[in-house]
Amino acid sequence: MANSNNNRRKFMATTLQSVGLTALGGLLWSGYTDEVKASPLVLRPPGALKEEDFLKACIKCGLCAEACVNRDSNKNKDGSKRDGTLQMAKGGDHRMIGTPFFIPTEVPCYMCDDIPCVPVCPSGALDEASVTNEKGDLDINQARMGLAVVHKESCIAFWGIQCDACYRACPLMDEAISLEYAKNERTGKHAFLLPVVHSDVCTGCGLCEKACVTEKPAIFVLPTEYSTGKAGAHYVKGWDKKDQLRAGERKLDQIETKTERSEEAPADYLNTEVEY
Amino acid sequence: MKNLKYLLLRRITQVTLLVLYFGANAYGWHILEGTFGSSLLFGTIPLADPYTTLQVLATGFVLGADVLLGAVIITLFYFVVGGRAFCSWVCPINMVTDLANWLRRRLNLDKEEVNYRFLKRSARYWLMVLGLIVSAVVGVAAFEVLSPITIMQRGIIFGFGAGLSVVIAIFLFDLFGVKNGWCGHLCPLGAGYSLIGSVSLIRVKHDHEACTNCMECKVVCPENQVLYMINKESISVTDGECTNCGRCIDVCNDDALGFGIRSFTNKTKV
Repeated sequence: MANSNNNRRKFMATTLQSVGLTALGGLLWSGYTDEVKASPLVLRPPGALKEEDFLKACIKCGLCAEACVNRDSNKNKDGSKRDGTLQMAKGGDHRMIGTPFFIPTEVPCYMCDDIPCVPVCPSGALDEASVTNEKGDLDINQARMGLAVVHKESCIAFWGIQCDACYRACPLMDEAISLEYAKNERTGKHAFLLPVVHSDVCTGCGLCEKACVTEKPAIFVLPTEYSTGKAGAHYVKGWDKKDQLRAGERKLDQIETKTERSEEAPADYLNTEVEY
Repeated sequence: MKNLKYLLLRRITQVTLLVLYFGANAYGWHILEGTFGSSLLFGTIPLADPYTTLQVLATGFVLGADVLLGAVIITLFYFVVGGRAFCSWVCPINMVTDLANWLRRRLNLDKEEVNYRFLKRSARYWLMVLGLIVSAVVGVAAFEVLSPITIMQRGIIFGFGAGLSVVIAIFLFDLFGVKNGWCGHLCPLGAGYSLIGSVSLIRVKHDHEACTNCMECKVVCPENQVLYMINKESISVTDGECTNCGRCIDVCNDDALGFGIRSFTNKTKV
């Protein structure tokens, strides 16, 4: 009797230990995994799913990097080695290990017409449909790897120095980056040629960032999520007929009253000169 | 001089595979591209690791058909050649742990074997399930974040970086820590292949009549608990944890061991 009690106690203790250690291991493992996936400013190959889904789907096989035309093994016409665009994250890269990414200042994406990296992806982390146009052809111009942002204070074109390096490097010249002319009031007789990025066209290839002449590029590609803002649904462009429709769609009972002042209709406030 | 037939065959297989994978990236060969996570054979046939595939599925992502088909192909293949044949004939970490194990024997580190209470051979199955749970919770194939197998393989193909430390860590753990610590106790990928191996076709067979009980096989076997039948019964090694490495066959001087087809008839006798 005593012996069977002992056995039961031992069994319970061992079970508890195992479960406890498993839980501890699971927590540490989750914590570590969560931590390594938190590397937000990373540019993925064309067609990559939204970062969160991409991390779920990527099986870390490297087929995209091997399909990329810009690899050390591929030679330029003069016989020199070509540096690889797509790298597979390794220890020390501070990116999710084994996932493909590129750094525009090292080697940008050269936007191959046939996008060799996308169709080879076996898991669907690189989505072919997202880089296919209406005609059903692969179209690199549909890619949205990121969005270029111009930092006006360090861009020398905004100082009045003539530079159009990014504009000329852009594979979609005059579409993704255009030059805006403005008068240089300081000198009175010169023009500014200011680069403007158009987010509906920019693919985020990074050729502009690579071409930028400043010590640290004044134009740089960030994942779209980090290079864009969001106005919110309650701002309506009154001059845009399509956008104006949204104003009519709003139901009055869904309009939230956020401040004391907004409880009064604007007309009342103007007519009765309510003071707050 | 002991026979090294299977050991040499294994090393040739392992190195050849790594060279093919390396060549795919470095020279654009289309024989074996990708990594053990997912590969392309001859540029057309998809291959995928079953456990890695399960992890991605656990994250909630519905995988492309290529990977699913690849995982089925690999599973069927190892149903035939013995599940953990992957571990001993393919996995590059096997070369690291075998080296650690060989050094252990040379340096007599086995004499004072410490009894590691909490590191049972079953730990790998816990880790296997845990890996799927963590994948589901965090939304990333969890074992792939730490896997020394693909870290080493990607290191060879694309460059190591700090990933080399993971491989060294496994070597030190197996040499100074637990005997067969990584492959025999922890690796969840191997655990997955053990499950496949528990029903696989090609198995090591033991001939009780020929055995002289020298126990050379047990010394060299990385999973020697599967050789419980030595000098007892003439049956095949049916345990899925057997890696089909053939080292026991190499070192056996009595021809008591050899590869054969699993016999389904004597199953009831066991």
